[in-house]
This record gives sequence, C-alpha cells and structure tokens, in this order.
Amino acid sequence: MAINSAVPNVEKKVLLASLMFAAAMLGLIAYAAIRLGISVPTCITNVKPFEEGELIRVAPGRYEAHVVAKTWSFKPNRIKVERGSVVDFYVTSKDIVHGFMIDRTNVNLMAIPGAVNYAQARFDKAGKHQILCHEFCKSGHDNMMGWIEVTP
Amino acid sequence: MIQKDLRATIVLELLFPLTLFIFGAYHGVLQVFYRAGLIQETSFLGIGYYKGLTAHGVINAIVLTTFFAVAFGHAVVSQQLGPSVSAAAAKAGAALMVVGTLVAAGPIFAGKADVLYTFYAPMKAHPLFYIGVVLLVVGSWVSFWGWIPGYLRWRKDHPREKTPLGAVGIFSTFIIWQMCTLPVAYELLVQLIPWSLGLTAGVNVVLSRLLFWFFGHPLVYFWLLPAYVMYYVIMPRLAGGKLYSDFYGRFVFLAFIVLSTPLGLHHQFAEPAISSGYKALHTALTFLVAVPSLLTAFTLAASLEHGARQNGGKGLFAWWAKLPHFDKERWLFPYLFLGLVIFILGGITGIVNASYSMNAVIHNTSWLPAHFHLTVAGPVFLAILGMSLYLSVGVLGKKIVAPRVAVSIPYVWTIGVFTFSAGLFYGGLKGVPRRTNLGMSYLDELSDAYRPDWRIGEYIGAVGGSIMGLAVLLFFYVLVRSLASARSEQQADSFALPESEAYHNEDVGAVRNFRPWIVAGVIAILISYIPPLIQVLGAKYPLVSE
Ligand code: HEM
Ligand SMILES: [Cu+2]
Ligand SMILES: [Cu+2]
Repeated sequence: MAINSAVPNVEKKVLLASLMFAAAMLGLIAYAAIRLGISVPTCITNVKPFEEGELIRVAPGRYEAHVVAKTWSFKPNRIKVERGSVVDFYVTSKDIVHGFMIDRTNVNLMAIPGAVNYAQARFDKAGKHQILCHEFCKSGHDNMMGWIEVTP
Repeated sequence: MIQKDLRATIVLELLFPLTLFIFGAYHGVLQVFYRAGLIQETSFLGIGYYKGLTAHGVINAIVLTTFFAVAFGHAVVSQQLGPSVSAAAAKAGAALMVVGTLVAAGPIFAGKADVLYTFYAPMKAHPLFYIGVVLLVVGSWVSFWGWIPGYLRWRKDHPREKTPLGAVGIFSTFIIWQMCTLPVAYELLVQLIPWSLGLTAGVNVVLSRLLFWFFGHPLVYFWLLPAYVMYYVIMPRLAGGKLYSDFYGRFVFLAFIVLSTPLGLHHQFAEPAISSGYKALHTALTFLVAVPSLLTAFTLAASLEHGARQNGGKGLFAWWAKLPHFDKERWLFPYLFLGLVIFILGGITGIVNASYSMNAVIHNTSWLPAHFHLTVAGPVFLAILGMSLYLSVGVLGKKIVAPRVAVSIPYVWTIGVFTFSAGLFYGGLKGVPRRTNLGMSYLDELSDAYRPDWRIGEYIGAVGGSIMGLAVLLFFYVLVRSLASARSEQQADSFALPESEAYHNEDVGAVRNFRPWIVAGVIAILISYIPPLIQVLGAKYPLVSE
C-alpha cells in the first residue's frame, strides 16, 4: 500500500479556519495588552519582600499599599483613600499561600511567601470594596478579608 | 476481543474508584449546600468542609480519572493490538494504584492532609499523603509500560498497516502522562516528602508551583483523551455511521503530545516571580492547543451527520433527530453525545480563563469550578460513567438491567451540571471566591462580610448540584443491579468494544509514528519552560515552611 498523503480539501479548510480563529483571539489579547495596557503581573525585583504592612501616601491621590497576608488577616486590612486615588498594591505573604482580590476591580493576585506581587487600581467611586482571600489557607480561610474605603 | 487475563484487573480498576466516588459525590452535594449558606457549619456529620473538599478533588479528579484511563487503556490496547498486554505489569500497576490510594486516603480522612488536591506548599500534609500520590502515579506508569513491548511487536508484525486509531489515542494519552508527571514527581520526591518528614527546613514555593503547573495542564488532557478515544472510535459506530476523517483522529492525538504541556503558565497568570512575557508565550501556545479541539469538533460533527444520514436523516440540521438519542439498545450514545454538548460550553468558558489579562476577572472565583465541571465533570465524567458501566458489565458477561434508566442518566446529569454551572458562573463574575465555605462568612446574615447579592448564584448552584447527585444515585442503581444480574460466559467471551470504520481513510506518513511528535513535544517544553525556570532558580527564593 503506497503512502497516500492526499488530505481532502474540506479538512484542509477546517484546519485553516481553526488556525485563523486562534490567531484572531491572540490578536485581541495582544491589542488589549499592548494598546490598552491591560496585562498580567510580572516578575518584579526592585521591591524586596517586606515584613510590615503599611499604606504610604506618595502624593495627593497617589498611594502605595504594602500588604502582608498572614493567616488569617491582611495588614493593613482597612485602607482608606479619597475618590480618584491611584493605588499601587504590593502583596506578599508571611506564611502560606493566600489570595488577594479586590471586589469590583481587576486586582486579582496570589500572595506567595518569599515573592512580591503587584497590581495597580484606580478608585473613581466613593464607597466600600471588599478585599478577599480567594486561595484556601486552612481553617480560617473563609474569614480572611479586608476593606477599602473610598471617601468622597 | 479484550484479553481474558486482564478482565479481573479491568473490573477492579473500574469499581474500586467508583466506590470511593460515592463519597466524592456525597461531598460534592454537601459543598453546594455549605456554599449556599444552607449549612452554616465548619463541618457536617464529622467531616469538615475542607477535608471533604480535599477528598472530592483527589477522588474525583485524580483517583477516578487515573484508574479509568488505565482500565480503558487495557481494554482498547488488548482489543486493537491483540492479546499483547503484560498481565503481570497490569496486576502490579493495579496493586500499586490501590495501595497508593489507600495510603493517601488515610491522612485525608484523618484530617492530616487538608491541603486540597493541588497540595500547594508550604501548606503541609502528612508524608503518607504525598507518598500515596506517588504510588498511585507510579502504578499508572507501570501499567503503561506493560503495553509497550506488545505495541512494538505489533508494529513489527504489521509493517504496512496503520496502528489502530484507538491504540494511537491511548498511547498518546500515556505519553503525555509520562512526560508531565516527571516534574511533579520531582516536586513530591525532592521537595515535599523530605520536608514533610522533617528532613529539610522548607520549600522553594515559587519553584514548586512552577513544577506543579507544568503537570496541571497536561493533566486535563490526560483526563480528556480517553473520552476522545471513545468519540473517535466508538461514537460514529453507535451513531450508525463512520468516522469522517481518520487522518484528523491521528493528527489530533499526536498534536496533543506536542501541545498539551508547554503552556502551564496560563494557570499562573495571577502570580508574582514570572515575567509577563513568558506568560504571553504560554498564552499563544494555549490558543494553538485549541486547534486540535476545533478539528475534533468538526470531525465529530461530520461523523455524526454521516451516521444520521445513513439512518435516513435529511435537511441542514433536521438529521440531528435521527441520532440514537433515546435508543435503549445503544444507551451508551447519549453519554458521549451529551458530553460533547456540555464540552462546547466548557471550551468557550475555558477561552476566557486562558485569555491572559481577562483571567484577572475570574481567577480563583467560582467561575473556575463552573468551568471545569463542564469539562472534567462533563464530557470526561459522562464518558467514564458510561464506559465503566459498559465495560464492567461486558467483561463480566452480565447485562444492563433498566436500560431506560441508563439512557436517562446523562440527561439528568446534563441538566444538573448546566444549572450548577450557571449559578457558579454568575457568582464568579460577581467575585464569589472558590474553595471557600461561604456559609461561615459571606453568606451568613450575621457576619459583617455578608453579601446578599451572592445568594442567588449559590442557590442556583445548589439546585444544580442536587440534580447531579440524583444522576449519581440513578447510576449506582443501574450499576449495582446490572452487576448482580446472571452471568453468561459466552457473552463475556464475545464482548468487544464497538469500533468505527473510516469514511476518509487517508494514510499520511507524518502521523504514522510517535517518535517525531515526542521529539517536537520535548523541544516545545524546553523552549517554553527553560526561561521561566532560569528566572525562578536565579532569584534564589528562600525555603519556607508553614
Ligand atoms: C455530585 C456532583 C458534584 C457536585 C455537586 C460538585 C460540586 C462541587 C463544588 C460546589 C465545588 C467547589 C467547592 C469550592 O470551591 O468551594 C467542587 C469542586 C471540585 N469538583 Fe466537584 N462536584 C460534583 C462532581 C464532580 C466530579 C464528577 C468531578 C470530577 C470528575 C468533580 C471535580 C471537582 C474538582 C477537581 C473540584 C476542585 C476542588 C478544589 O478546588 O480543590 N466534581 N465541586
Ligand atoms: Cu485564604
Ligand atoms: Cu490549563
């Protein structure tokens, strides 16, 4: 039996269509990342893992939050900023792996012991946002949370 | 024909994990009640939420799937390549898997391994938990190794023939498994076991997560590919037709060998310590691995249409009605067909997860369990249920009691899992976290964290979860009654899995051998994993303990 490498035309077209679909999706992602600047956390080396959590006011409307996650709380766990503030969140963990998600924002990070994670958020509406630990961190996990208050 | 001296092993490998799954399903249903705030306790009947959730993940997603892949592999390989399987290896593999499972189950049920099925360090489990997992995996390797000499012999004796498609699918599944389990074996043997024994001070957590997720994505293909074998080899025959394209069947399985591993970073988008550029590379490869699944969607739809037209189906879509949806003689068909229907939604929602920055909206929310109950608890699980019933009853020479009930089970499950997922998708978009006993805080009216807006999604999830539980009850009713039916030796001897012929039976040289695809797979892994590995090792993360 000779090797017959003729693949029917329909099948080739389907392969082409599938590849085009994948390329189109990637194109959209690239557009969001490059043109709109919506990306994912990266490896940062300029901030060493910190021991103490704190909220630093860098300038009016500009904050840096150093968040330490530790079973079962965040430090600081009540963050107060005024409306329109931009906050840089640096997140690490002092013990096991935790999550750090701020409700109704795109801040969604893992808190890993030994490493520092980063995301930025802008708070344009007055009100309260919940901070949640969304990675299982043993028995008290369902009560590990914090708040961000945006004052008018 | 399925090799006679494998029968007992196959039946054991099907029924042992299904027995454990009774607990997996029981606690699945409890989880939806806890999460809806209908159980506001840390534990119920002596089993804590997270202990039960660990068992749910380990039993359903690791134990059941691994045993099934091995048992089904024995059946397919020995049917398609002649009585070629080493029965000794099969028995040794089964023994290791059973012992490993029991060794891991001890600490889980003793509450000494509440670490969930991902066992993220530095959360520490009892050493026996990790050791049991290793034994289970090694048992599956040994079973696989027992197929290789027979395959090589078959190739020698049939130099001009194509390897039967089912065997190609099963070998692809286990080649992927063999490659992807090596790093997690390193994580377990070098990092976690010595540390949990107290021999080392801690674990490089960033490295352990990289190793785990190297394994985590190909794991899902290990779950899925046995179902793909059923779709390509068995389903067209049940539909009364032929496989539309034999070439695509082969191409898809071999493409998974190359593409299923070098993309694990798409599970780590939200993590520090890994450059976003490497994450972007893995995203691109993730979209490439969608291609074989799209080809599969095409080939299977075309095969079903071919079958339906043989049954007299007409029109652009009206032929759907001519498929054996409710035929009690071909009760296995809806287990496969509905799995595919569920998988359409599972696939689409997976694209959201994989889409890089979009992941931030849903990462670790209940969107995730909603998604993967439409994959692993959708097509994979229905294929496992249907085939476990078909195979165990078949090789034992029994018959299906209550075939109408057997037909109804996949429908009940589909309704249940769609409802369940609808609730959890909705919640996920509203930020409801996964892996959380919501009744203790967010869905407790007395807590200052109370979120009334999360209630509705979890209620819908509870309704769906209960329907899924009902489907499981119906399944065990049919299974137990069928296994208790009268045995016919003759029926057992003539039992075989249905095999489809090909409509387009191409013979393309490029898909004749595994070797070039394995080489390409290894190269793809090196390209995608060496840079992040260098980055992680270069950063010298401290060893941490809990
Ligand atoms: C009886 C029907 C089932 C119900 C009601 C159910 C329910 C659930 C729920 C509510 C969760 C999320 C818990 C949480 O994140 O807090 C979950 C997690 C999970 N389920 Fe199911 N499930 C069922 C069957 C299955 C099946 C058949 C499989 C796989 C074959 C499966 C695999 C998983 C896995 C892997 C997880 C993730 C565990 C983790 O996050 O560690 N489930 N299930
Ligand atoms: Cu937590
Ligand atoms: Cu994945």
